[in-house]
Amino acid sequence: MKTFDTNSMFLFTMAGIVILFVLAQSLFFLIKAWKRARELGIDNKTLIRIAKGSAVFTVAPAISIILGVITLSKFLGLPLPWLRLSVLGALTYELPAATTVANSLGVSISSGVTDPKVYSTIAWVMTLGIMSGLLIITLFLKKIQGGIDSIQQKDRKWGEIFNTSIFMGMISAFLGMIFSDITIGITGWIPVFVMVISSIIMIICGYFIKVHNIKWLEDYALSISMLLSMALSIPITNLIK
Amino acid sequence: MKAKAMEYGEKIHIWGRIWGVLAMLMFILYPTAVSIYYSAWPDAGPLLKALLGVAPVFWTVGAIEAFTFAPMLGVGGSYLGFVTGNLTNLKVPCALNAMELAKVKPGTEESEVVSTIAIAVSSIVTTLVIFLGVILISRIQPILESELLAPAFDNILPSLFGALAVVFVSKNWKIAMAPLIFMLILFISIPSLANSVSIMVPVGVIVAISVSRILYKKGHL
Repeated sequence: MKTFDTNSMFLFTMAGIVILFVLAQSLFFLIKAWKRARELGIDNKTLIRIAKGSAVFTVAPAISIILGVITLSKFLGLPLPWLRLSVLGALTYELPAATTVANSLGVSISSGVTDPKVYSTIAWVMTLGIMSGLLIITLFLKKIQGGIDSIQQKDRKWGEIFNTSIFMGMISAFLGMIFSDITIGITGWIPVFVMVISSIIMIICGYFIKVHNIKWLEDYALSISMLLSMALSIPITNLIK
Repeated sequence: MKAKAMEYGEKIHIWGRIWGVLAMLMFILYPTAVSIYYSAWPDAGPLLKALLGVAPVFWTVGAIEAFTFAPMLGVGGSYLGFVTGNLTNLKVPCALNAMELAKVKPGTEESEVVSTIAIAVSSIVTTLVIFLGVILISRIQPILESELLAPAFDNILPSLFGALAVVFVSKNWKIAMAPLIFMLILFISIPSLANSVSIMVPVGVIVAISVSRILYKKGHL
């Protein structure tokens, strides 16, 4: 049997191959959608704006994902967390999945895995335990889309309201969650204060975009509001705690 | 143009399905390769026990996400987003923001391509940032894990949704009011629900759709 190491070149190579595949898929869809957008009459300038805005917006959440990689790497080495958090998963799934396997095998997650069998069990559970969304989308998206289209064809205005209601429902759940700790005292209000600050920064950006016609700001308003309020959460937390 | 639209709409399903099936095979490749290379196939007992511990919850969440996010992300965006992951904290807000920037209406083919472009760019950037992070891990680990920066990463969701709320809630406050009040009461009365926010998303969606339907029928929307 080969010597097992959670950071072996073999594991890095395997993770790298899967990540390259997903990168290729992203590029494929980017090219196809870009071409179709041009055919629909959306100019390159607008498309570049969208791409730049999306890229800048992604950086901060992506850095927070690295934190997830670091957390998991203490137990699983780098390749598996690198793979799992680059594709499909999110820390909110991967950490509980790894912990559950460790518990059921009676292994501690405070030190690195040394047994290849434990490692492969964790890798299997992480993979199979979090596949349903992809499976449903791959098999049934056409049907789901058909249902959405028929709602829209029956009554166009209701179709639009229906769509808006879905994302209002989603945003409401996350906004509600921000208030979940307010009963524990002033520290529980920190996320609420940060949310309010982010809203205020967004409103200020909106003022400069609309009143002073600063067009470039439009593309980065969400990123600026997010980054500034994340930065301001540091002094707010220190002040309150 | 109409024929072309049909063509793109049809083709994207074919591409999406092929890439989706290949992606699932690629994801299974990693544990399979580990099991073969190290002659370390998991024992059925512990594997099933652990799967039973996580799969019921995560498969439900995955199914909920598929039905909730697909209408928002569009066809291409969904096929890609569900392979690349990190939907709630990254891909969904990114796509919504891009559609808002491009001033396209949800449900149109224009919004479909804009959403796909945003998700593709976001996926590529995420992959590159994480790759850099893995290469430079020994250098950045002390910075990212420093006590100083901890509040910033703890507050990433409030920072994101605060700004998003201004844009979307202010434009659709009649639709947003009922689910917002409902969720506020729910999360304040049962704080532990914060750990299962994904499961609360469809609850918010059902409240929003039901109240919108009533308002629409009464002519208030």
